[in-house]
Amino acid sequence: MPKDQGIGASSKRREDVRFLTGRGQYTDDINRPNQTYAYFLRSQVAHGKINAIGTAAAAAAPGVVAVFTAKDLEGAGGVPCGWQVTDRNGEPMKEPKHPILAEGKVRHVGDPIAVVVAESLNQARDAAELIELDIDELPAVIDMRAAIAGGALVHDDVPNNLCFDWEFIGDNKAAVDEAIAGAHHVTTLELYNNRLVANAMEPRAAIGDYDSSRDEHTLYTTSQNPHVIRLLMGAFVLSIPEHKLRVVAPDVGGGFGSKIYHYAEEAFVTWAAKAVGRPIKWVADRSESFMSDAQGRDHLTKVELAMDAEGNFLALRCSTLANMGAYLSTFAPCVPTYLHGTLLAGNYKTPLIYTNVKAVFTNTVPVDAYRGAGRPEATFQIERTIDKAAREIGVDPIELRRRNFIATDAFPYQTPVAVQYDTGNYHATMDKAVAMADLGGYEARKAASAAKGKRRGLGVASYIEACGIAPSSLVGALGARAGLYEAATVRVNPTGNISVFTGSHSHGQGHETTFAQVVAEMLGCDEGAVDIVHGDTARIPFGMGTYGSRSLAVGGSAIVRSVEKIIAKGKKIAAHLMEASDTDVNFANGKFTVAGTDKAVDWGTVALTAYVPHNFPHDKLEPGLEETSFYDPANFTYPAGTYICEVEVDPDTGRVEIQSFVAADDFGNVVNPMIVEGQVHGGLAQGIGQALTENCVYNSDGQLLSASYMDYAMPRAGDVPSFAVDHSCVTPCTHNPLGVKGCGEAGAIGSPPALVNAVVDALAGLGVTHIDMPVSPGRVWAAIQAAKH
Amino acid sequence: MPSVSMTVNGKSVSGEVEGRTLLVQFLREDLKLTGTHVGCDTSQCGACVVHVNGESVKACTVLAAACDGASVATIEGMANADGSLGVIQQAFQDNHGLQCGFCTPGMVMSAADLLKRNPSPSEAEIRHWLEGNICRCTGYHNIVKSIQAAAASMGG
Repeated sequence: MPKDQGIGASSKRREDVRFLTGRGQYTDDINRPNQTYAYFLRSQVAHGKINAIGTAAAAAAPGVVAVFTAKDLEGAGGVPCGWQVTDRNGEPMKEPKHPILAEGKVRHVGDPIAVVVAESLNQARDAAELIELDIDELPAVIDMRAAIAGGALVHDDVPNNLCFDWEFIGDNKAAVDEAIAGAHHVTTLELYNNRLVANAMEPRAAIGDYDSSRDEHTLYTTSQNPHVIRLLMGAFVLSIPEHKLRVVAPDVGGGFGSKIYHYAEEAFVTWAAKAVGRPIKWVADRSESFMSDAQGRDHLTKVELAMDAEGNFLALRCSTLANMGAYLSTFAPCVPTYLHGTLLAGNYKTPLIYTNVKAVFTNTVPVDAYRGAGRPEATFQIERTIDKAAREIGVDPIELRRRNFIATDAFPYQTPVAVQYDTGNYHATMDKAVAMADLGGYEARKAASAAKGKRRGLGVASYIEACGIAPSSLVGALGARAGLYEAATVRVNPTGNISVFTGSHSHGQGHETTFAQVVAEMLGCDEGAVDIVHGDTARIPFGMGTYGSRSLAVGGSAIVRSVEKIIAKGKKIAAHLMEASDTDVNFANGKFTVAGTDKAVDWGTVALTAYVPHNFPHDKLEPGLEETSFYDPANFTYPAGTYICEVEVDPDTGRVEIQSFVAADDFGNVVNPMIVEGQVHGGLAQGIGQALTENCVYNSDGQLLSASYMDYAMPRAGDVPSFAVDHSCVTPCTHNPLGVKGCGEAGAIGSPPALVNAVVDALAGLGVTHIDMPVSPGRVWAAIQAAKH
Repeated sequence: MPSVSMTVNGKSVSGEVEGRTLLVQFLREDLKLTGTHVGCDTSQCGACVVHVNGESVKACTVLAAACDGASVATIEGMANADGSLGVIQQAFQDNHGLQCGFCTPGMVMSAADLLKRNPSPSEAEIRHWLEGNICRCTGYHNIVKSIQAAAASMGG
């Protein structure tokens, strides 16, 4: 019988009640007394020289409190980058300043130029129309190939717009080149991993508030990691020490990576709230989100896979141009490098791998991590190439994958790209996916489609990801300017209920429920006795936040460590109360007992004794029952799985209809199956969105053509099917206490190649070998026509 | 400024608004009913769906002044009289039909209108009806399940 509480139970989410009754508290729902409103005037051109900004008329407009431009912010630092990549020539990456408001030049459509602060948003917006901009438009560089080949310079001091030219692993190159030169067969594929916009449904927002009596700043912001914002903004931008700066990330309406980064608007409202002496609220409208939220993907890649006569993978060589946009966003440099190059072994025993990545500045919105971040790009290039290879050498694509899977008994497995997979069983998830997809009935379904004039296709993709980010010493050696541990405090209150303060942040993941399940399981108590507190630097000891499917694997582990310390101290208190030796006390089901006796004290007695320590081992212990832990993982975790997609393509219109989508994942142990399945569903829809509908498009002048939901095709309910998902293949993570791996990104990583492989399979008989994403009706139709002629 | 009066969740309210004030602004800013959300500026996302005179309407697309005299229902009015979750709300919790919660009020309001018009919709009908409500978290799978479950509970 399924459990109804604790680890493994599909506990209903407690946070749902406030969201379902309209009582969530998102940043825009917060209003501070005497609040003003900020409106950002943004560049309408992709590249231009600012000659003058006339603000007098705006400043005199009704309701205007102040108008600001870059000259008012002299002394403030630029928005910093949190990761330094080293060029293969040994030099650090080029890191041009990213000012809060444009200084001298605008570099992308949406680059903020001036801010009006007014009594109402309408007044601020009206006044912004009175700002006189004198900007000389400059030639824009949008295409990455043009950017590195003599195109206009985004930053005058960055030659060829080249941020860095990185290789991984340089020592492998000669052997890889040799293996490819001498191989029986080499499959080559050039592909473009399309640029995406994260589009969390809650637009970004920020409220700056300043208390002059205490010289304290508060920022309410839509962040996945409030402590990281406090660190970056306080230390690098505004020079505010941590103890004078509080960052609150209340209910946050989705992130998907886009709310990791420190943004200019947050720094502005924090700074300007002191300058004007009143709170300032800013809320992005959706058009602004399209022009200012960090975007995702945008890799142009060539892949070469060398095989022997039996189809064994011998070597993989990749080269990628990665678009950074106009400025370096917080974690942008690590996405195409250490979150991408390290994953190029995939699920396979390919012995030799080399990749070269050139990161390029263009006059576009900055690009950074988006759900999966580097790992979807790696998976897509591997899995599309394997499918093409299978067709070229005449081997079934499932068989070719199986032939090259890392053997189940080969773990821990050291890849040729630095990471060591602790555990996995790729055949098991393949077996499961194949069973779920009913491949035995495929030919009949294909015939039925053909009878309707449709072409049916079957696509398979296996994936691995590295998440549970990340061991601090390792990422530090790779250029991270922060540690990637997580912190948690567990406070047992005097009457026995429990407050948990976690540095992980929930913006849809359900931590308030899942983390309580973990604590309740360990303490043998009711989940309702455990409260999870997150999202406020004034309440949480510290935290690195939520991204990279790290919350349970890293944040949850920090909670486990704290609960272990609580239990250890509780045993000592109980031992004192029972006049027993510490080592003889056991704890189970919320009760402390002495082995071999009938002595017992309950949890409540121990908690109360900790705070009313009349009869207490004062010689050995301090009163109170509260513990803090910082958990730094020993390794990444490596979720993996296989996805199978079946599509029907209408050859007359190019329309792709998904007939079925099955996902078999190995996430290690699972705390709340309902939530895990929900994470997979959402990831699948985002991956299907990338593959089928979504595309962020600039024209050659740098105008963002897809800047609204009228133009950027978010997947709607009718675009995706119901999914069949399974997480019963479990190889527990070997190095964290819960044996968990993380499930947030998998769906978005594994689904794009499964879908595109299915579409190409449907059209292979016509001679189609590849279609770039999104496989929209127009592109599919064009590919069919091109193959015909 | 013109004054408007309307009934919101059964209570009479009135206020003075600029002519350009949208219903969603009136609800959020004047009445402090912040459960109705704004997720876009092109009437696409549906986070702001409320009921006006019993029909689902995107509150970002109608002027507050145009709702003078109307009866408006928002997510804050969807719970049972005793404060417990209404049938549709409960179905969303039971079926994990929400994650970040931002699109949720619009989804619930939209679902309520659907089930009034069609007490036992098929999966295809539900997916078609939700064309004007975007969710980025759930992949719609569990939203569809929630609405089916709500329909079943309501005897549809």
